[in-house]
Parts: sequence; C-alpha cells; structure tokens
Amino acid sequence: MDENMRREIIMEHYRTPLNKHRTEDKNYQFVNTNNSSCIDNLDIFVKIENNCISDICFDGEACAISTSSTSIMIRNLIGKTIQEAKEYIENFEHMIQEMDYDEDLLKEALAYKEIYKQGNRKHCAYLPYIGIKKILDKYE
Amino acid sequence: MNIEDFPMLKQDLIYLDNGATTLKPQCVINKMTEYYETYSANAHRGDYDISFKVDGEYEAAREDVRRFIHAKYKESIIFTSGSTESLNMIANGFFKNIMEPNDEVLITKSEHASNVLPWFRLQNEIGIVVKYIPLDDHHYVTLENVKKSITPNTKVIALAGITNVIGDERPIKEITKFAHENNIFVVMDGAQSVPHRKTDVEDLDVDFLAFSGHKMCGPTGIGVLYGKKELLEHMEPTNVGGGMNESFDNPNEVFYKELPTRLEAGTPNIAAVIGLGEAVRYLEKIGMDNIETYEKKLRQYALDRFLEIPHLDILNIEADSGIIAFNVDQIFSQDVAYYLNKYKICVRAGNHCAKILKNEVGVTNSLRVSLYFYNTESDIDSLVELLSDKEKMEREML
Repeated sequence: MDENMRREIIMEHYRTPLNKHRTEDKNYQFVNTNNSSCIDNLDIFVKIENNCISDICFDGEACAISTSSTSIMIRNLIGKTIQEAKEYIENFEHMIQEMDYDEDLLKEALAYKEIYKQGNRKHCAYLPYIGIKKILDKYE
Repeated sequence: MNIEDFPMLKQDLIYLDNGATTLKPQCVINKMTEYYETYSANAHRGDYDISFKVDGEYEAAREDVRRFIHAKYKESIIFTSGSTESLNMIANGFFKNIMEPNDEVLITKSEHASNVLPWFRLQNEIGIVVKYIPLDDHHYVTLENVKKSITPNTKVIALAGITNVIGDERPIKEITKFAHENNIFVVMDGAQSVPHRKTDVEDLDVDFLAFSGHKMCGPTGIGVLYGKKELLEHMEPTNVGGGMNESFDNPNEVFYKELPTRLEAGTPNIAAVIGLGEAVRYLEKIGMDNIETYEKKLRQYALDRFLEIPHLDILNIEADSGIIAFNVDQIFSQDVAYYLNKYKICVRAGNHCAKILKNEVGVTNSLRVSLYFYNTESDIDSLVELLSDKEKMEREML
C-alpha cells in the first residue's frame, strides 16, 4: 500500500464515514473517548449479540485521522467475535507502536502504518480503539 | 518589533500562539542563567553574600511588578505559580471564608477554566451559586448586563480583563465602580490583558488581579496575585510551611509572618521571579502603549487579509486584542493546525480552555491566532497564503 493509496483511504473514510450517527437503541453499549491533548471527542455505540459484534455506530467531533480511523475500525470489527476483535485491536496497536503485526488482519487500517512518524497524530488514529476496548474488556 | 531579541525567532518559525505562552527575550534567559551560575542560593535565609544578593534581586522583582501594574504597596504583590494558582488562592483563601450558602459569584461563559472551576468548587463545597452575566450579540460584557445580573446575594464579580478566545476587553473600571457601590468585590483575571496593555490597579480599583509571567515574555511557573492590602491581610494562606511562619511551638501557638511572605510558603521559584522582573523591565522599555498600538494595527491588517478569504468563518470580527478565532469551512480545526505546522506556523486549535463558551457562540472548536509585538505583517502574509489555498490544505492536512 503506497502513500497515495493510504491517503485516499483516509480521505474517503473521513469524507463519508461509515455509520456516523447516534442511536437511542438500548441494545447498544455506549462509550465516550476523547483526547486530552487535542480536541477529538467521539461517542461510540456498540451492539454485541451472542458474543459477536453485530453493529457499531459513532458520532462526535474529530479530526480527519480520528474520524477515518473510527470508520475503518467499524468496518473491520462488525461481524467479528469478541475474541477476534481483541486480536485485531492488538494487531493495530502493534502496528502503531512499530512492533510486529499481521498485515492481513488489518486491511484498510494499514492506511495508518506510518502514522508513528507523526507523533502528535498517532494518538488520533488510536483514539477509537481506546473507547471500544473499554467495552470489550468487560468480556472475558 | 524587537524580533532580534528573541532566540526562538532565529529559527524558521512563525509563532502565532501567544495567548498560550510567549517567547522569551535573551535578556530574560540571561538573567535567569546568571542566577543559576553566579548566586544560586535560597532567599530569605542565608547569612552569606550570595543569599543576600538573592534577597535583593527577589525583592527588586517584586518592586518591578508593583511599578508595572501601578500598585500602591509592594505587600500587595504575591508571587504564585501562575494565574491559575492566583485565582485558586483568591477563591479558597479569601472568598471561601467570607461567602455564605446562596451567596453569588458572577462570571461569564467566555471565562477561562481557571476562572470557572475554582468557583464551581466553592459551589459544591459551601453552596455558593455561580451565575453568568449574559453576553451581547458580539459576546461582549456590558455594564448594562452586569447591572441586570446582580442580586442582593451577589458578593463577587470575577472577569477576565480580555478573554482568551473572543479577545474582547471588558469595561473593568466601570464594572468595578458599580460593583463597589453595591458592596460587591471584583476579581480580574489579567492573564490575557496584563501582557498586552497598560494595567493600573489603582485606577481600575479592582480588589484582586491574577496574571502569569510566561504570557508576558517571562518564565513559566511564575505568576502574580495582586490584592488590596487590607484584603490580603484577611486572606488565609492556602499553603503553610517554611518561610512564611514567624514561630510555632504547638498547634495553638503558630505565628505567621507579615505580607507578602505570609502568602508565599516554601522556597519560591527564585529564578523565575528574577526572570519575571527582567521581563517587566523589558516590556517597560518597549512601552506598553506602543505594544498595544502595534498589536491593534497588526490585528487589523490580519483581519483585513482574512476577510478576503471566502472559506474562513471568523468568530470575532470585533475584538479589542490581537486574537482572531476562526474556522475553515468544512475542515476540522485541528487538521488546519496540522497543515500549518508543516510550514512551521504555530497556531492553536481546540476549545482553548473555555469549555462553556460553546453554549454561547455555538461553535465547539476553532483555530486561534494570537499576536504579540514580535509578530509581523510578513508572518500574517505567510499564514494568509497558506489559508487561501483550500485545495492545498485538503491535500496536505494528513
């Protein structure tokens, strides 16, 4: 995945993010995740059925990196079991922390593979993951 | 003006975040280094030459600050860690002791967190009530609205002299006159005003004033609490300990020193106090009136150029200080700041610690350009060139 392609993926998900809306549905679990060093502020809603993530939506104010990263995370996590989701998240963490990771698992999230070079934006890409982990960590 | 005095400006950098902190001139850096290199001892303690010199320099800085804000007495100048600590001391050391449940403090929704949260805490702790003076259509405070907001329970009005997002200057002198006629105290948060124009506490007649050294060419970690002497006499020290006590034997026999030492417990930030004194003398040399005039002219220049750019939404076309708050249509403020950073231009994006202002202006986040006297028209031209090209911005904001 070259730089142009990574850019295109990020911009596409920023301009037309997946599932960017709130929900009042009580079957969704809610978490807010925000960035104390900048201004990104995301509300994430997750529906878990039979140990499986059946839907995620989000809303909030956030920069291009945070917004796109949330959208891509949602696309990659819907349909995964909690165990699979945790594995995916761990891989994403490894990628942005410059550790070994499985490229095949991350798909479009590879768009952030060089985000570690921009220290002040690394956290933006990781922000939605901090939120969703709070929900998933409740499950063994 | 005076660009050559600032080592930071020798690098390729356009610094437009002076509301957050300012750059330091060489003379301030030298003055602090001189302390660390040639007379690095404690204050108010030693019986040897270099400690004696520390005392002299430390108290000379207090005198510099007194002169700078035109206070009557040196005892009215208390060194703190910054505006935040000063405002907390004012709330906790003074008002907490004299306010009763249901007594009211008047603030506004455009105050900085440091002039909001200490009052919120008093509301939670002792049941005072925080009320807001309504702002007019341009987010200004008018004397009329202050008059409408007071009740028999109003004990104190706490306002920034100039706000840190909208950049409006408040009619503090008029408000204070009216407040005192009604037995109401006035606290002025001077963090954004003291560095940018002449401050005369005697003329304004405010009861308390708080400001920070680092926003006026001084070091970080130093600020000032000014209070009328008779009020400071009644202020409880929020910190007690070394330096501020006269003698003690048991809990019933503790004697504190006189002002100002009574309110400066512990070893002070000596280098920063001395550095602040130098900063004050530096600003006086340039002249606060010259600084104000220069900044206003530069702000007008920037505003005129900003208004040429159709995709900018300016939140404070009217303002009395060197602050322009704005957004770029359809681009998140932080992405714009990131793009400008690629060209070594420093601007702030966010809510600027004024988190309840969004209810007032309807905008949560914005970009803020805040000017100081070492900024130039050429800085503005570089900024405007980058902001004008929206396609480039979208291309390069990642």
